[in-house]
This record gives sequence, structure tokens and C-alpha cells, in this order.
Amino acid sequence: MTSSAVPPANTEKSLPNSWRGDVQNCLVAGETVESWVETDLDARLHFADNLVVITNRRLLAHIPGNGEWKSWDFRAGLSLRHRSHVGVGTLELVDDGGRLAIWHYTMNRNMAALSVRRAFEEQLDSTITGQPVAKHEEILCPRCKLPLEPGIEECPICTRETQTPPSTWTLFRLWRFARPYKGRLLAGFLLTLASTGATLVPPYLTMPLMDNVLIPFQNGKPIDVRLVELYLSGLLGAALLAWGLGWARTYILALVSERIGRDLRTATFEHLLQLSLEYFGGKRTGDLMARIGSETDRINLFLSLHLLDFATDVLMILLTAIILFSIHPWLALVTLLPLPIIAWMIHNVRDRLRTGFEKVDRIWAEVANVLSDVIPGIRVVKAFAQEKREAARFREANLHNLVLNDRINKIWALFSPTVTLFTEVGLLVVWGFGIWQISKGEITVGVLTAFLAYIGRFYTRLDSMSRIVSVTQKAAAGTKRIFDILDHVSSVPEPVNPVHLMDVRGEIELRNVGFRYGTRAVTHDVSLTIKSGEMIGLVGHSGSGKTTLVNLICRFYDVTEGSVLIDGVDVRSVPVAEFRRNIGLVLQEPFLFFGTIAENIAYGKPDATREEIIAAARAAHAHEFILGLPNGYDSLLGERGQGLSGGERQRISIARALLINPKILILDEATSSVDTETEKEIQKALDNLVRGRTTIAIAHRLSTLRKADRLVAMDRGQVVEMGSHDELMAKEGHYYRLYQAQARNVDTEPEIPRAVDRFREHAA
Amino acid sequence: MSTLNLQLVRNPFGRLMLTTAQGTEEEVVPVRSFPIAAPENSISLVSMDGHELAWIEHLADLPDAQRRLVEEELASREFVPEIRAIKTISSFATPSTWQVDTDRGPFALVLESEDDIRRISRTMLMISDSNGIQFLVRDLTKLDRSSRKLLDGFL
Repeated sequence: MTSSAVPPANTEKSLPNSWRGDVQNCLVAGETVESWVETDLDARLHFADNLVVITNRRLLAHIPGNGEWKSWDFRAGLSLRHRSHVGVGTLELVDDGGRLAIWHYTMNRNMAALSVRRAFEEQLDSTITGQPVAKHEEILCPRCKLPLEPGIEECPICTRETQTPPSTWTLFRLWRFARPYKGRLLAGFLLTLASTGATLVPPYLTMPLMDNVLIPFQNGKPIDVRLVELYLSGLLGAALLAWGLGWARTYILALVSERIGRDLRTATFEHLLQLSLEYFGGKRTGDLMARIGSETDRINLFLSLHLLDFATDVLMILLTAIILFSIHPWLALVTLLPLPIIAWMIHNVRDRLRTGFEKVDRIWAEVANVLSDVIPGIRVVKAFAQEKREAARFREANLHNLVLNDRINKIWALFSPTVTLFTEVGLLVVWGFGIWQISKGEITVGVLTAFLAYIGRFYTRLDSMSRIVSVTQKAAAGTKRIFDILDHVSSVPEPVNPVHLMDVRGEIELRNVGFRYGTRAVTHDVSLTIKSGEMIGLVGHSGSGKTTLVNLICRFYDVTEGSVLIDGVDVRSVPVAEFRRNIGLVLQEPFLFFGTIAENIAYGKPDATREEIIAAARAAHAHEFILGLPNGYDSLLGERGQGLSGGERQRISIARALLINPKILILDEATSSVDTETEKEIQKALDNLVRGRTTIAIAHRLSTLRKADRLVAMDRGQVVEMGSHDELMAKEGHYYRLYQAQARNVDTEPEIPRAVDRFREHAA
Repeated sequence: MSTLNLQLVRNPFGRLMLTTAQGTEEEVVPVRSFPIAAPENSISLVSMDGHELAWIEHLADLPDAQRRLVEEELASREFVPEIRAIKTISSFATPSTWQVDTDRGPFALVLESEDDIRRISRTMLMISDSNGIQFLVRDLTKLDRSSRKLLDGFL
């Protein structure tokens, strides 16, 4: 699949109309537009549209202000540089002598700018060498067919489109989850229809009851007991029927909506677990938790309660209207006319209330913020004697809350009396018109009574109906947020034709590996072969790309360029879970799950026997302190392993890695967050772990790497040096400087001298 | 009053070059320490690898020509449009597209979530749009009525 079949989107044809004429006037015969970008900032970074065009022979640009065009023919020495800085991208045209031109744009034009730069390089190259531009394979956005910059999994242009506010139509996507319950939904609908019908019977019966029983009685006729019995039993029957049907309907539909909610939650969580670390990196934990927890619940509530009520109300109004019109069209018209007006008025008041309540919610968050700030930070507050200030902050937030609540309560208190007033006014109209009609002999008293009974019923429903708009909006927004997760495709896809690794030896090869996070290159052109059983130490400043490299080896991310091979097989062709089973990972901050110590150790192998768990704990030097705990291996751990020291937690995580007996071991700053004494203990545990495995260790303290066969020094995403400690020290290069910098800290950090001594021993 | 004298020039590539006390010429970038609270004071000249090479206590301390160089460089790097008015918003539910007037001209920003509006002080807001551009509302109370009303829906 090459891109040649699909024309890249930003060529001449796609030029915006406002520019096309101008650009075509500038072109000479045989000149074609290869790429373009509309920059949206001028030199002073004010918003202004300009255009940069790459043709097959030059760079053409619009000069802001005077409407002129300027062009630079391709020649040797010319280059187009790209950089970005807080939301602003810059393209710079330079040659050997200096800067020729500069353009700025906001980041939503970045894709086009990068493709302009690529086109520039290709065309320049082709002009200089005389070779035609090689057709290259491009990754195209599945939706808009625009070429995607390598390393970007989402097309920024399409993402922008999906950023349109959620429309109510999103709700229909829930159908995917409702489909399995089609039958029950249909039953629920029919029951709704029937039960609504049943509730409409009693008011209808008031008509004959009035006309055939009460009015004749007032006119001197005796009461017909049999007729009364008939009508009353009809009333009772209808009430009982409505009760039974209503129960069945609510029960069935609530059942269905709960199941839809469950399916939605499970599907979202399962999908979320499949997504790559890249996705989690860009999202806040709280936000994801809210989406799966409260958003699904909100949708659920909407389906089971609000939508159901609304459907019933609409049905009732429709049925009532039909009945009323069939009894007396004119009176029906008068009765129903004020309805839309009243509904609109209620909706308005409710809208105002809603924004008010939302404000109260946010202010409430402010109050909670003070609490969540102060309570965990109480030691700092007390140490700096700032109790009074925090109290003042809380008082102020509370006052703000109070003021807002006072304001909203003013409207709120008015709300339900207002609804009552509207209802009474509506009834007044019907009374007035009805009496006038009775006086003219057009209708009977019974008809008027029936009308009043009907209308009284749904005026009270108008309030709840007016809520549907905001509730629907909220549910639609929630649905969109859920589907945002469900629509996301993992950037670490499962292979189509998986290769199964039988017996992993643990040989790792990185071949010209490059990785870009968004537009920022994190590592580039890293080549490294790690033999089976070898221990490699990765050293370098923070931000030099060590952790990224490890993440690429673990396949938490996929490489942008080059490849990662295990035993000579590209990791992208091995099923993800099967590959990761061979990797043991020990992190700087060990994460212990809620559960017993035994469960935590056996996390990677839930069916491990007790003997295996104890053996792993022994090897990790964790056995003895575990026995010292009140419940031994059955002791419960909190989320972060409360009650255990940093070193103890780390040893549990080492035991966890040992238990799965991985061929490849990754230690990411495993001893950084503990003191040297603890480090020694952990080191002993690690020595057991490392034996016979391919190990990649990242360490800030170089002492941790004393057993490494080879050290790899990284800087700015590249491997700068490789070799044993002695070799690298003799070289007096990057590693030497790092080492010296640590040795210099001798005076300030008493732990280091020992570490350095150890190094000397090793070096000797 | 110019009390500070720095060897600052702009090279043909448009980069700001500082001649240090050691006599070497280094490319520098001016960075404001308090871009919001005190933009005119406490400006640092930082080398490309992030080391501070010179410190400008007050911008006014520099001779005119150099001050202009620093100001120009700051202007070409800083991009925090100040919102002067909010004309329309597409919806009160996020993501929402706002048509705004800024000190740098009109723009359509996309607000992804209400959390992207941060309160810096009682009257000052920082709004980041979906592309990471930061917009400043310097004084809430000075916005016109309709802008304030629209903004209020998110606060």
C-alpha cells in the first residue's frame, strides 16, 4: 500500500480558494505545488494568515501586509529549520550567510508545516542531485487520508474535528450496547404504552360518573347503584392495572439499563487496559476514573429514569390529546394551547437554576480543595505556623459558597410556587372556557370535569419534562467521553501474523532505534546489542532517554524508526502479553496492590504455590522481615504498601519479578529512593535476581552498576559511550564526567564515599 | 538610566549573541522570571544548554539598543495572547469553540475541558486551548458584560 494512489491532501488542488488564484499567478510553466502551509501568525506573533508554498523548483511565500510574494529558488546551502516553543511553531529559511526568512504558526498547523519541511528537503535534494523525488511509503490517517508524521498515532486534524461539542446524536451510539437487550426493550416499550393507557382511564370515567350519576341526582333522580358500582369498579380496575403494568415496565427497563451500564463499564475498562502507556501518559488518573465510574452511572440514570419518564410523559400527552380531541375539539385546543408556553417558561427558569447549581458545585470543589491541600500537608502547615492563614482561606472559600447559595436559593425558592402558579393559570383558562361552553349547552359538566382531571395530570409532569434538555446534554457529553476511550486504537497493536517465541534466550538488539513523542524526538539512531545473560548499565543525566529506551524494549511504546529485536525477532511480531511474560520489571517506586503480601508477590503468576512464593521472597531477602509482620505472608497491604519501609516494599517487588523467572530483567532506578544502608540490602536481593538473566539497569548512583558487564552512557537521546567502567574512565569522556560529578559530592553526601570506594575496588 | 552594559548583538541568523566575561560569544535566550507578576523585572539570559549567563534586574537598566534587542527577542518567543472579549461560544459543554478577540487579533480557540481554565488570582485567568496555547484574561472585571456572562458559564 503506497501513498501514490491517494493524492496528499496539501497539494495544489487543496489550496484554499483565497490563495489559489494568487499562487497560480506566481507559478511558471511546468511548476507544480508540492506542499503548502497556511501560517497563522506574523513576525510579532499577531494572528494573521500567510502562506508558504513548496513547488518543484522553489519556496514561495506571501509577504504579510503588502500582498507581495517572495520566492527562493532551490540551491545548495539552503535549509529550512523547524522548531517549536510553547504553542508556537517556527519555520526558518537559512543559508550559509544567515537567516533569509522566518514564519510563525500555532501548533494546529504543525502537521502541515512538517510536511512542508519534508517536501522542501526532498525537492531541494532532487534539484541539487538531479534525481527525481523518490516515492516513499507514508502512513495515512485512516479518516482524512492526510499523511501522518511518523510517531503520531492520531491525526491532529481529525482530532480537531472530533473536538466539536458532543451532539445529542452521540447517544444513539449506545445502541451498540442496547442491542443484546432488544427483546426486553421492546417489551418495556409495549408495557409503557399499556400502563400509560391504563392511567388515562380514570379521568375518562369521571365523565359518565358526573353526567349519568351525579348531575341526574342533583336534578332529583335517585342514584343508579348498579351504574355507580360499574364505574367505581372500572376506576379500581384501571388503577390496579396501571399499578401492575407500571411495576413491570419500570422493573424491566431498570433491569435492562443496569445491564447496559454494566456492559459499558466493563467494555470501557477492558479497552482501557489494552491501550498503550502513551495514552495513560497524556491522561489524568482522576479523569479516567470519573469517566468509567460516574459517567457510566450518569448514562445509566439517564436511560433508566429520565429517558423513561420522558417517553412516558410524551406518550401520555399524545394519548391525552387524542382523547381530548375526540371528546371535544375546541375545548381540547384551548386546553392544550397554553401548554407549550408554560413548558417554555419552566424550561427557562430551570436553565437559570441549572447554571446556578453548577456554579455551586464548582465552589464546593474549591472548599474541598482547601481541605485536600491542608490535611495531607498538615506537617508543613504546622511547621511554618500557618494555621491562621489556612483557616482564613477556608473561611473565605466557605463565604464564597454561602454567597452563591444565597443567590441561587432566591430563584430556587421561587421555582415550585411558580410552577404551581402556571398550572393554576392554565386550569383557570380551561375553567373559564368550559363554563362558557356549558352555559351555551355545547358540553356537559362531565366533559369539563374530565378535561380538568386530564390536564391537572400533565401540568405536574411539565416540570420533570423540562429537565430532559439538560439531562440529555449531560448524558450525551458523558457518552462522548466514554466513546473517546472506546474509539482510541492502541498504538502498540497486536501483530497480525504473530510469531511465537518458544524458548527465549534473552538476546536483545536495538537497530537504529528512534522514538518521537509527538513532535519531540526523544531518542534517535540508537543501536545496541545485548547478549543473553549480559548485564548492561544505562547511565546519563535525567532526560537523556534511558527510561524511553527501556520502555521501547518492554514495548510500552513502539519505535518510530528502526526496530527492537528479541532473539532476532522483531518485538512487534510477537504477541504483546507473550513477550512481556519474559520481562521482569523493578521500578523506582514499587507499586503494591491492595491485598496480602503473598498475593502481591504472586501478581505476575497468580497460580504460584506457597513454596514458590517463599523461595522468591527468600531470594529477594524479604522472607525475614515478612515473618516479622503480625500476619506473615497474609499481612494486608494498602494501596502504597503502608506500614512497610521503602526498602521492604522494593524487596517485595523484587520477589515479584523473581517469581515469574523472566529471561530479561529491567531495573529502572530500583535503588534510587532509599538510603545506602537499605540499598545494600536491596543490592543483595538484586544480585540474586540478576544471575543468569539479561539485565538492563538504569541507575543514578553509579555504584549500583558495579556488576554490569558493560556501561552505556546516554546523552540527549543518543548513545555516546559504551564499554566497561575502566575503559570509559580511561576515555575521560561523558561517563568520566558523570563519575567525577558524583565523586565531587563526597563532602555533601556522606553516602557517596562508600559508593566511590566500592567503585575503586572494582576498578582496581 | 542605563547601569548595565551587556555585549549583545543579533547575528545574521537572527540569533541573540552574548559575549561573556570570558570573551566567548554564546547564543542566549532571554527568559522572564515572573512573566505574569513582574514581566519587566528579573530577566535572565540563558544559554542554549540552559545555563544562566547574565541577569537583568530591570529591563530599564539596559541601554536602549540592547533593551530593544531583548524586547524583540522576547516578543518573538512569548505567545500568551490576552483575551479582550469573548464573542461567541459554541456550547457550554466542553469541548467548546470560543471566538475571542485578543491583543494579537481574533482567534477561535478550542477549550477541551473546564479544568483548562485556571484561576491565577481573584481576577486573573489562564486558559489553555487544545493546542497548548495559553490565553490570559488579565482582569475578569474589565471584560464587557456579555464576555463575562459567557465566561461565567464555565467558572
